[in-house]
Amino acid sequence: MIPAAFEYVAPTSVEEALAALAEHGDDAKIIAGGQSLLPVLRMRLNAPEWVIDLGRIESLRGVSDRGDHLAIGAMTTHHDVGQDPLVHEHALLISKAITHLADAQVRHRGTFGGALAHADPAGDLGAPALALGSTFVVQGPGGTREVAASDFFVDLFETAISDDEILTEVRVPKHAGWGAAYEKFVRIAHQWPIVAVAATVRMEGDTIAEARIGLTNMGSTPVRAEAAEQALAGVPATEEGVAAAAALAADGTNPPSDLNGDADYRRHLATVLTRRAVLAAAGRS
Amino acid sequence: MTATQEPTGATTSEIGRDRRRKEDQRLITGRTRWTDNITLPGMLHLAMVRSPFPHARITGIDTEAAKGATNVVAVLTGADLGEAQGVCINAWPVVPDQVTPAHLPMPSDRVSFAGEVVAVVVARTAAEARDAAELVEVDYEELPAALDLKDAATAHETGGAIAHPDLGTNVSAVWRFDSGEAGTGGDVEQAIAEARSNGILIEREYRQQRLIPAFMEPRSVVVDPTGEQITVWSATQVPHILRFAMAATTGVPESKIRVIAPDVGGGFGGKLQQTPEEMIAFAVARRLGKPVKFTETRSESLLTAHHGRDQWQRLTLAATKDGHVTGLKVDLLADLGAYVAIVGGGVPVLGAFMFNAIYKFPAYQFQTTNVLTNKTWTDAYRGAGRPEATFAIERLMDELAVAVGKDPLEVREMNWIKHEEFPFTTVAGLQYDSGNYEAATARAKEMFGYDELRAEQAERRANGDKVQLGLGISTFTEMCGLAPSRVLGSLNYGAGGWEHAEVRMLPTGKVEIVTGASAHGQGHETAFSQIAADRLGVPFEDVEVLHGDTQISHKGLDTYGSRSLVVGGEALVRALDKVIEKARPVAAHLLEASADDLEFSGGRFTVKGTDQGMAITEIATAVFAAHNLPDGMEPSLDSEATYDPVNFNYPHGTHLCAVEVDTETGQVKLRKYVCCDDIGVVINPLIVSGQVHGGLVQGIAQALWEEAVYDDNGTLVSGSFVDYLLPTAADTISFEIDHTTSPSTTNSLGTKGVGEAGTIASTPAVVNAVVDAVRHLGVSDITMPCTPERVWRAIRSGSSGGATTEAAMPHFDETEGGVQ
Repeated sequence: MIPAAFEYVAPTSVEEALAALAEHGDDAKIIAGGQSLLPVLRMRLNAPEWVIDLGRIESLRGVSDRGDHLAIGAMTTHHDVGQDPLVHEHALLISKAITHLADAQVRHRGTFGGALAHADPAGDLGAPALALGSTFVVQGPGGTREVAASDFFVDLFETAISDDEILTEVRVPKHAGWGAAYEKFVRIAHQWPIVAVAATVRMEGDTIAEARIGLTNMGSTPVRAEAAEQALAGVPATEEGVAAAAALAADGTNPPSDLNGDADYRRHLATVLTRRAVLAAAGRS
Repeated sequence: MTATQEPTGATTSEIGRDRRRKEDQRLITGRTRWTDNITLPGMLHLAMVRSPFPHARITGIDTEAAKGATNVVAVLTGADLGEAQGVCINAWPVVPDQVTPAHLPMPSDRVSFAGEVVAVVVARTAAEARDAAELVEVDYEELPAALDLKDAATAHETGGAIAHPDLGTNVSAVWRFDSGEAGTGGDVEQAIAEARSNGILIEREYRQQRLIPAFMEPRSVVVDPTGEQITVWSATQVPHILRFAMAATTGVPESKIRVIAPDVGGGFGGKLQQTPEEMIAFAVARRLGKPVKFTETRSESLLTAHHGRDQWQRLTLAATKDGHVTGLKVDLLADLGAYVAIVGGGVPVLGAFMFNAIYKFPAYQFQTTNVLTNKTWTDAYRGAGRPEATFAIERLMDELAVAVGKDPLEVREMNWIKHEEFPFTTVAGLQYDSGNYEAATARAKEMFGYDELRAEQAERRANGDKVQLGLGISTFTEMCGLAPSRVLGSLNYGAGGWEHAEVRMLPTGKVEIVTGASAHGQGHETAFSQIAADRLGVPFEDVEVLHGDTQISHKGLDTYGSRSLVVGGEALVRALDKVIEKARPVAAHLLEASADDLEFSGGRFTVKGTDQGMAITEIATAVFAAHNLPDGMEPSLDSEATYDPVNFNYPHGTHLCAVEVDTETGQVKLRKYVCCDDIGVVINPLIVSGQVHGGLVQGIAQALWEEAVYDDNGTLVSGSFVDYLLPTAADTISFEIDHTTSPSTTNSLGTKGVGEAGTIASTPAVVNAVVDAVRHLGVSDITMPCTPERVWRAIRSGSSGGATTEAAMPHFDETEGGVQ
């Protein structure tokens, strides 16, 4: 479990990091918390010549209130995001998902931006970030640009971040008062989700006024369960009412088949978990 | 007849006392001598170059680039090392005409499984060795690979792939037992014919999936050739057997090899092998004249350390219409992998005597066909043969209960050996010395709340609940305490089954115990200290237990098969008794009394009827000084004993498991697990609890989680802990365990083995519970591991949920391209 030799640089500003990236280009990998990259390096599935560590760039850490949205610094650890009162108040879905994310050790080392930029479709943060309509801020040699969540996830382990750019911040629109639940289906506790459903709802009395649902590991990227979201609007938060809408959750998805389940089983799981997540988000379970 | 004793409660005696393990502080903190912690002056490091193909001809190996890499000392191939590398031995040819492929640690012409070593790089650091290993270029010509067990078994007839083409067949051995032929029972075919016409016939095929022992400490070996002897440190369960194998296959005199198993972090059978890597390290150290170290990565460990289980079981159970079993026929296919491992072919044979379990079957037939394939070799894994047998019979007894419409516990009781019938000779020819299945079952039922849970199950079924409740039973026994040497000889095993112990009485009153058993996490140091303290009447703290070094414990057959206490412990007791008997005449001499007038108790010899006495530790000092000993007396109390057991050892127990099955998703959740094991007299209840708890989790993991899966290319897909689902504490529940006590009558402590019991018992208890939860939905079997998908599919189709056949992508693979 010894990685191939690499050169290591730990810049203290985004500009320095970008300069290092520009210099080493394809030969470089960026490391954030290292919870995904280090196993890959140790198993020698990848052998970059340079590793650029963002760990010393303080400006990339922390959660701040920006009026209509929260700004989560890319290098904020899962633990810090999960414990943040602003996140709990305005993006409860993210708080809920983080309680299911890996284990305590990983949550203290792994970072919010690192996990999202890694773009593992089985990662726990993509679906909530997508469901909440987040915006991704990336910085490159030409300055910063904003990418909508729907455009950010391109494919398996592939995002809209260019080779010369760094993800610096994730902007999450405020969803104060929305109920939320993350239903994660695993066989053992430390496993990647076979399927997970991130659901957040705005209630008006006993009725679901609005629902946002993201699906984990139901395709090569996190996906929205749009048909289910639409069907849920105006539906009473009852088992029957939600079940009918949740039955649409897997529409248009293209989930993988692997040791833990074939695609058809995952589609079935998505409908069951969506029903449960929505009812839980609506405070009905 | 067996007397069942009440378990002993709080006691001041060392036997039965909850001693915390004296070895734990160093093991848990890691401030100890794991093999990989050992560093020697001038030591070089090895990295292995391994085949990515399951079966291929090696057409060329270019080592030039690697040889030129930084700080590389040598790059050696099988051709370079030649005969100096020795061979990996098979110690148990189960039949005289067994087909056994030659097993060179590093072949030079052909590889037979993905992961086989083809070259070794020697460098000044482990990292440099690893880097240079990537520069070794090997040309392969791929050959057809024998991967599927069933296909491989008939390949010599069908023209399918042969794992070792020169052998012409994949069938290594066919081993058979028939009670009619052996005179231990009737004719099974007749029983089957009768059941077919006027009784119950249960015919099933069960799969024992391939498992990976997944011990915590990866294997590691250090070889130092620079002294008078070649010293080998290895993370092994079997230092004595390893020394023998190294000497026997390399020509180095046994007296010139010292093998040390320092602290070893788990094994579960997975470290009872003579491994290619140990032999390669031995050969390289000798070639270069320098100390070398090889420590495997976790990936290498999962890929190449021997796997376990991997059988197909075809079973036919004949019974009367009321549920009395009249015969059992077992036909196994066992996957040996690419080579016949040290006892690999014997694992199914160890199971052969256990399919009849605790029952009185009138007729029994067993056959195993041992099959070679181009996969990692298989060998003993916690339970070795007995979990497979126990699973089969305990699943069948549940099926029989359904067929005759009775409670599964009732059907078991109808068939089991009654406690007043011990000692009992079984249809497989073993003599069970003691047991009380009624008592263990009654206690387990009481702890479980069996009747209440059955009532809840009925209610959930009636209500059509989405979450259904299932109850699973396993009334297991097993044969352990390996083993009577004569029996091993009759089974063609290459060694005996005795164990050795020594007691050294030090002049300061301290005691050293030397055992030939080789601890790798079990707690020998604590348990053996308790036995010595109890027998000699010395403080627990004054006993030191030495083991795992062929220079200190020169005789031994190591640790596996739950043998350390029941065989090694008995050897220790006999050595301790010799010390007392040697001390007696000295005590008589010093106390000026007749030896016949002395009694020994609480560590003191006293003259009967007086207050005159002397501690055995004082006698040890007097013997050391040797100033005043009886005439002709040897000035030593030190004693040794070698004990060959007269019988196997038969722990048993009743395990009851309740699971909740989410019928919407197929998810299985443990609700309650209760067991009452009868392991005879308990030396240390705390250690026993640890063994039972750990064993249960390992068995439950086979039922629900673990499976080594190969794809159609012969690649191990479950090659990391991302895909090989090893449970943690977060996945289990609190177990409720208790004991009944039927002392073993074949060792003086009355103990029975407990190292494997939990694993053997729990797998069928869990699967029976899962099937029971959904049987009313038309399900009669679910293939292990009972994944949510399989359970869900079984509910939907009323079938077994299918086997793992699809090629699947591991979670970590080369397409991984995340930036941050």
